[in-house]
Amino acid sequence: MKKKYTFGWDQGVSVFLVLTVVVGGFISEYFATIDNISFVIQDVAEIAIIALAMTYLIIAGEIDLSVASILSLTSATVGFLFRNGTSFEVAIVGGLLVGLLCGLLNGYLVTVIGLPSLAVTIGTLALFRGLCYALLGNEPVNELPENWIVLGYENIPGTFLPWSAIPLAILAAIAWIVLHYTRIGRWTFAIGINPEAAKFSGIPVARMKLGLFAMTGLMSGVAGVVYTLRFASASPDGAVGYELSVIAAVLFGGVAIAGGIGTLWGVLAAVLSLGAIRSVLQLIDFSANALLVVSGALLLISVVAPKAIEIYQSRRNSAFVTK
Amino acid sequence: MVANQSPILEMRSARKAFGGVNALSGAELTLFPGEIHALLGENGAGKSTLLKALAGVHKLDSGSITLHGKPFQQGSTRLAREQGIAVIYQEPSLFPDLTLAENVFVGRQLQSGKTVNWKAMEDEANKLFQQLGVKLDSTSTARGLSIADQQIVEIAKALSTQATVIVMDEPTAALSSKEVDRLFQVARNLEAQNCAVVFVSHRLDEVFALCSRITVMRDGATVGSAPTSELNESKVIHLMVGREVSELYPKLEAKIGEVVLKVEGLGLAGQFTEISFEVRAGEIVGLAGLVGSGRSEVVRAIFGVDKFDAGSVTLNGKKLRPGNPSAQMLSGVALVPEDRRQQGLFMSSSINKNIAVTLLKKLSQLFIIRERSEAKLAAQWGERLSLKYETGYDPVDRLSGGNQQKVVLAKWLATEPKLLIVDEPTRGIDVGTKAEVHRLLSKKAQDGVAILIVSSELPEVMGMADRILVMREGRMVGQFDRSAATPEKIIAVATGASSL
Repeated sequence: MKKKYTFGWDQGVSVFLVLTVVVGGFISEYFATIDNISFVIQDVAEIAIIALAMTYLIIAGEIDLSVASILSLTSATVGFLFRNGTSFEVAIVGGLLVGLLCGLLNGYLVTVIGLPSLAVTIGTLALFRGLCYALLGNEPVNELPENWIVLGYENIPGTFLPWSAIPLAILAAIAWIVLHYTRIGRWTFAIGINPEAAKFSGIPVARMKLGLFAMTGLMSGVAGVVYTLRFASASPDGAVGYELSVIAAVLFGGVAIAGGIGTLWGVLAAVLSLGAIRSVLQLIDFSANALLVVSGALLLISVVAPKAIEIYQSRRNSAFVTK
Repeated sequence: MVANQSPILEMRSARKAFGGVNALSGAELTLFPGEIHALLGENGAGKSTLLKALAGVHKLDSGSITLHGKPFQQGSTRLAREQGIAVIYQEPSLFPDLTLAENVFVGRQLQSGKTVNWKAMEDEANKLFQQLGVKLDSTSTARGLSIADQQIVEIAKALSTQATVIVMDEPTAALSSKEVDRLFQVARNLEAQNCAVVFVSHRLDEVFALCSRITVMRDGATVGSAPTSELNESKVIHLMVGREVSELYPKLEAKIGEVVLKVEGLGLAGQFTEISFEVRAGEIVGLAGLVGSGRSEVVRAIFGVDKFDAGSVTLNGKKLRPGNPSAQMLSGVALVPEDRRQQGLFMSSSINKNIAVTLLKKLSQLFIIRERSEAKLAAQWGERLSLKYETGYDPVDRLSGGNQQKVVLAKWLATEPKLLIVDEPTRGIDVGTKAEVHRLLSKKAQDGVAILIVSSELPEVMGMADRILVMREGRMVGQFDRSAATPEKIIAVATGASSL
């Protein structure tokens, strides 16, 4: 018995990433510099961290559109607590807790009340964003402790990697192992492939989904802390539209929107591709809103391409049959 | 009734196979104008395939259907309707937000010029309702209509297309007795208008009260057809059951031990009520009854996929919490579900992963699943159940139905259950595999596993079970020991036949 080797979507994305980097190097000599690579990693760190959790959620057949709002609410909570006199460490813990609670609320509404996640998280997208303004008003918190915000702009000493690479690398490694090599990962796929059979197989479907939503909230919170440090500021209007980039990256990384299919490596390659393309576009002075264009385009490609491949294959197969 | 009249519809030596399984093999049906014709048979006898051939859903492999003396154009539901055959299913699918008039004329709205003529449609629909002798308002919407009323709308739709053959597939299954009376009246009205009404029902008392002719099917073939006056309930049951129940299945002697499963007063609103029984170690208990009698619902509740709201389930003296399949699995309950594709398997996943899904904790070391142990486990079970497959990494949707069922069995046997519940364990699988599954279950009983088997196939239940429980309409209505059970008795209890 041997595992058959198949060229999957995730390998395709890896090739795409390499191509992007090569083409980027030709287009701008600044692209492949250490400074720019550091910048790209920093630029996509929040998206990448959230995408790790979103990968699980979409594989399990659910989605969370409120992640950017949770990110911002975490940031706002950190700012709010710090402005009201707590230590910065306590403010961070408070922010993460809020992220977790946001995720739990989403999960509760989906699994216990039984509402569709798309509707629930569009609602909480607006709700959490509104709470940001309720907490901070229109005034961002800019006076954050210097010993913390250096983490936002300096590299790890002796390397070209930004500090945010550390949580990203650790979380990515854990997410990768858990998704592909443990029971939790198997259950996640099983629920996405066939939730009814999952229930009949003794998989605690509701509890798993609740956990995945909570985890997505927490990861958005972590991304919120990273975001706060990077901009040295907690403002109520941060990271607007990030949910699109996250979902674009996850889908472009080969996760099926209908659930049940996907690899973590594909998603990571997709996040890096997203960052690389965006950087190239910025270097050729395309537009400040390049990210939105790229996200939208990748999102469409990832939804359209599998369908196109499917149609092409079925045509080819039927052509064989009729011959 | 009028025997010398020429028939509306004649079906002759109809054959239809699905992937090697014969659904129809020599089915015959003759319908005369102005009659209500009962079509009877056990589950799986081929009634629904026959109906679907008439509805244009299926095309026969061979055989002929003649309608009004002309060959019937098969294989298109639209053509079937145009030729005058209308099928009313058990649960009609009306558009809830359209008016009854729109539902009657959906897809072929009456028009005046280029616009829809609402008034004409409403008047016409009201006229049809009147003709059927029911009070319905064609301008109200279909939302909230009872199933009985929805059926009437469907019948009105059939009449508006000038249907001459009206087929009703178990129309009374979900109706109250008052609604049944009204439906009977409607059927008689249709009869008086010279339509041929085909009436499929499991309730023999209804059949004898309403129908003028009865056709009985068994194993895909028509085994008898006669005017109701020449038949009685016991003759019909005998025709339905037909075959001798012999030692078709190898039942091994097993030592019957302690009570493993004890179900007391189990109930779930709208599904079943007051269900009590026991299953002992080494014992095989059969749960018989018609489809829809609540058998599957009971086992789902025992396994915890559904929550029960009354009574208790006790396993080896420990009460099980309702609605928690993962806990039930850990305490030793296994359920091989009714619908293997929807409930039993992850079709796009590999054979290995499907078998291992119930055992992931055991297969893990430091949380990491040992893929090699997983493959080994799957290979062991594949061999034990003589599974035919290429590699364990192939997705299960490449396997035949019988082999897929073996994968579901493997996945549950691997958990070494104390109580094994199997729901329709051999539905749609070939005879050879069937015998293998039976041998396997018998062997498990010998090993001291308590087995509860739900099946629509009487020979299976009678061949396998030490004791047979019979359900009807959500209640436990009978219990037979292996020695005392006859197919006639079981069918009589399951259908609620009055005499015998």
